[in-house]
Amino acid sequence: MEHGSFTDNSAATFSLTEEDHTLANAVRFTLNQDPRVTFCGYSIPHPSNARVNIRVQTTGDPAREVLKDACQDLMLMCRHVRSGFDKAVEDFKASNAVKAMKIDSQDSDSEESE
Amino acid sequence: MAGQGEERGEEKKKFSIWDLPDVPAGQLPPHLELQRTRVLCNKDAPIHTESVLYSGAYASMGVDNSLRLDHFCHNFRVEVVRLTEEDMEFDMIGIDAAIANAFRRILIAELPTMAIEKVLIANNTSVVQDEVLAHRLGLIPISVDPRLFEYMSENDQPNEKNTIVFKLHVHCKRGSPRITVKSDELKWLPNGSELIKESRKVASDSASKPETYTSFSCSQDTLPEFANNPIAPKYPDIIISKLGPGQEIELEAHAVKGMGKTHAKWSPVATAWYRMLPEVVLLEEVEDDLAEGLKSKCPVNVFDIEDLGKGKKRATVARPRACTLCRECIRDEEWEKRVAIHRVKDHFIFTIESTGALPPEVLFTEAVKILEDKCERVITELS
Repeated sequence: MEHGSFTDNSAATFSLTEEDHTLANAVRFTLNQDPRVTFCGYSIPHPSNARVNIRVQTTGDPAREVLKDACQDLMLMCRHVRSGFDKAVEDFKASNAVKAMKIDSQDSDSEESE
Repeated sequence: MAGQGEERGEEKKKFSIWDLPDVPAGQLPPHLELQRTRVLCNKDAPIHTESVLYSGAYASMGVDNSLRLDHFCHNFRVEVVRLTEEDMEFDMIGIDAAIANAFRRILIAELPTMAIEKVLIANNTSVVQDEVLAHRLGLIPISVDPRLFEYMSENDQPNEKNTIVFKLHVHCKRGSPRITVKSDELKWLPNGSELIKESRKVASDSASKPETYTSFSCSQDTLPEFANNPIAPKYPDIIISKLGPGQEIELEAHAVKGMGKTHAKWSPVATAWYRMLPEVVLLEEVEDDLAEGLKSKCPVNVFDIEDLGKGKKRATVARPRACTLCRECIRDEEWEKRVAIHRVKDHFIFTIESTGALPPEVLFTEAVKILEDKCERVITELS
């Protein structure tokens, strides 16, 4: 839900239900890194209500588009994190398998020498 | 890392505001770079703890602080340190605390698992009261992939897609010693509840199956996912209760899918946490007796002593990762000018301990997926 002025769409407050610091703080981070944003912040009006208000003020672009871009950025970052993580885990598992094999072979070597 | 920090420490000492070039050089002066990338843990309190988010924060220096996606992709790195069946430790480098914290919060509160939610007690003569027993059962981790199940909403009938039924029936005979009821006594009932619902009217149609507390349309063990791995508690030796002679527990436990923010029993992690990478910097050469002193100050053995020959000794930073930030090394007079303790703001040592439903590496990828879904929801709502 968007609250803003009819004439000036460069500043608006977005009210998201069923969200908390998890998304709001991450989006605030990506919003702040966008050069089009002059101000952004979020608040949780009451801790019992699952709702956050995200305030976005821009240099002129529609706040809605800027927020959308920020979410898009965050999504792409997540995607990159996931692929990077999966790759690291795969590499780790592969290298460990090799290590385990080496240990086994060393053991067998020592047994043979005994 | 330590070498880099040492250089920076020296630069900081020599730095004077008058040496700054008149024209922005396109890169931050060392003291600002230090503020931006490190938390300085001083004797009294840590400073520069915040991360500089605003894209124009260094505009006057000619430095663009905005995040470009390709830049992020280029710098982001993951290094796995330890990976076992139930826990893992990995380094996440080049990411902001806001996002690392989002992952942590999702891991704890928003990843679903299966846990016992409803307990139908037929008989309980043990010393453990019904409600306490039910609570204890709820906390037992169940080894089953929650992705194979659906959430049960208020009006749903419990069926094979959203409920797992366990039976527990233990009886301690008179004259025999006390027995301990452990979690392996929870027996999976793939066909659903066996307790028959008491209906006011006598069933007119005696041929139909009696109504129970669940309505399974088929047995769960005919489903391909569970055909060869029966559902059971993750650990067989969790103590549920103790029974004296003549005492008995007979109950049925229904496990459903849920999330950690409703109740901690649904949290898939025992703990998930991160810490920033510690960086210990020697600002000047610490030699001989001072070096020995420094080495013995540190309770986690961060420092080592290097032999320079001719009876000369020098302290080196050998294991900065072990630093717990106790600040014992800079507590005494004069030491703050010799040793500096930093934390690297974009380097997170992330640890995940799984309770057993899913392996830790799967938990993390699922958490990232959930954050993606959240973003997507906002995007679709805005367009």
